[in-house]
Amino acid sequence: MYSEKVMDHFTNPRNVGEIPNADGVGEVGNPVCGDIMKIYIKVKDNVIKDIKFKTFGCGAAIATSSMVTEMAKYKSLEEALKLSNSQVAEALGGLPPIKMHCSNLAADALHAAVNNFRKNEQVIK
Amino acid sequence: MFILEKTTEQVKEVRVVRSVYFDHSGTTPVHPAVAEEMYRYLIGDSFGNPSSVNHLGLQVRKKVTEARDIAAQAIGAAPGEIVFTSGGTESDNMAIHGAAYTNKSRGNHIITSAVEHHAVLNTVKALGKQGFNITILPVDQYGMVSVDDVAAAITDRTILITIMHANNEVGTIMPIAEIGKLARERKIVFHVDAVQSFGKIPVNVDELGANLLSLSGHKIYGPKGIGVLYIRKGTRWRQTLFHGGAQERLRRAGTENIPGIMGLAKAIELAMENREAESARLMVLRDKLIKGLTSIENVRLTGHPVKRLPNHASFLFKCIEGESMLISLDMKRIAASTGSACTSGSLEPSHVLLAMGIPHADAHGSLRLTLGKDNTDDDVDYLLEVIKPIVEKLRNMSPLED
Ligand SMILES: Cc1ncc(COP(=O)(O)O)c(C=O)c1O
Ligand code: FES
Repeated sequence: MYSEKVMDHFTNPRNVGEIPNADGVGEVGNPVCGDIMKIYIKVKDNVIKDIKFKTFGCGAAIATSSMVTEMAKYKSLEEALKLSNSQVAEALGGLPPIKMHCSNLAADALHAAVNNFRKNEQVIK
Repeated sequence: MFILEKTTEQVKEVRVVRSVYFDHSGTTPVHPAVAEEMYRYLIGDSFGNPSSVNHLGLQVRKKVTEARDIAAQAIGAAPGEIVFTSGGTESDNMAIHGAAYTNKSRGNHIITSAVEHHAVLNTVKALGKQGFNITILPVDQYGMVSVDDVAAAITDRTILITIMHANNEVGTIMPIAEIGKLARERKIVFHVDAVQSFGKIPVNVDELGANLLSLSGHKIYGPKGIGVLYIRKGTRWRQTLFHGGAQERLRRAGTENIPGIMGLAKAIELAMENREAESARLMVLRDKLIKGLTSIENVRLTGHPVKRLPNHASFLFKCIEGESMLISLDMKRIAASTGSACTSGSLEPSHVLLAMGIPHADAHGSLRLTLGKDNTDDDVDYLLEVIKPIVEKLRNMSPLED
């Protein structure tokens, strides 16, 4: 059902965990099946220096979480915001059609984390 | 069961990997004796059409009669009450649709339960859109239908009650005999889906009080695409779905699936021979699985603790999603199943778990392990060994708090 890349990221997910004093945290729930993804970022000079995730979801959800953290690491916030779910799915060698919504979760969580960081920053300023 | 993973000429050492099949409620492997029997009707001159009046047809016809006798005897029926169908789904559709339309002049109310297989539930719901009134009974926390609820739901307009003997997802065995008694007293047609119970616990149409009863071949080491609908003599039922020839005494049109029927008969024979000993054996393995898995933190049994199928163990794992658990187990070559929304195609969690009052989020973490003839004590030990690190890994990855 899943590509080799998906299985690889599912079996050995990159960047699993939490960042205790993260600069931004994004949490999104999947409206379709009810799963949850949380992304933590550490930002310095407008660049994502560290990123971690926690996901409660299917194989595709875990693999896309892992992939999106890899793709976003060391990217500028603008680049991170431009990362789309289809890019994540593509990087994984494609997802079964019924699993495309899981990749929304990953991109959305990343965007939420970036937006959360920006909001925090404004508060501090 | 062991399978060889790689056997190239260069490989001196052959890696033997344990492979465990724990999804016997999903389907079962075809028993070799069944396959052999079927093969006999695919080759040579056993291809006759039982409706044809020639020696080839008559020869096969005789065999179908024997198969019908075997099926009838297994459930305490008369041979004339057995109709071969294409499986559990067709039997359920035929039974329900036929009973509903045949009794239309007497009423329009149908009673079923919220935990039925989709073959029943969706058939009843479809009739709900065709002028029938339907009552879908709730179940308790164990997935059990209450006899009192059935009694309370019956009206003067009730023409059909359809309740499953044992539930496929949580293994709960329903109080069918008592419901059958109610139905008989009120002269209501009673259909029982016995697809999961047959071959595991006694299924006797008189004891259960069934007018109509569905069986399926592929749950009892028979082939897929073959089943039985039992139709009690005198039941107000007619074929209302398939129009065609006069096969099966006008109850099921279409040239008979001879290899399927013969394979099914063989599977039924084997099931009857082995049922008691095998159920006792599997119950021990089941209970070991239940004890082992429920000793893991935040894992609990679903379905009835005692009134459950002897080969059926089903669980909820908090904070874990079922599909990721299944894939992880599959990588250890353990085949299991889940009612998680993520695997359902419709992305809805199992209607059975929801009907039992299990919240959507918890239904995600359901795991079903259903045992069968090739499973051993070692298989259970293997599962208990590999599942712990899987649970730990997935829980560590989960943003949910226990
Ligand atoms: C309770 C129940 N009814 C009906 C069916 C459908 O049987 P079949 O697959 O032969 O159509 C199944 C099998 O999944 C079942 O478990
Ligand atoms: S997260 Fe539920 S289907 Fe992917």
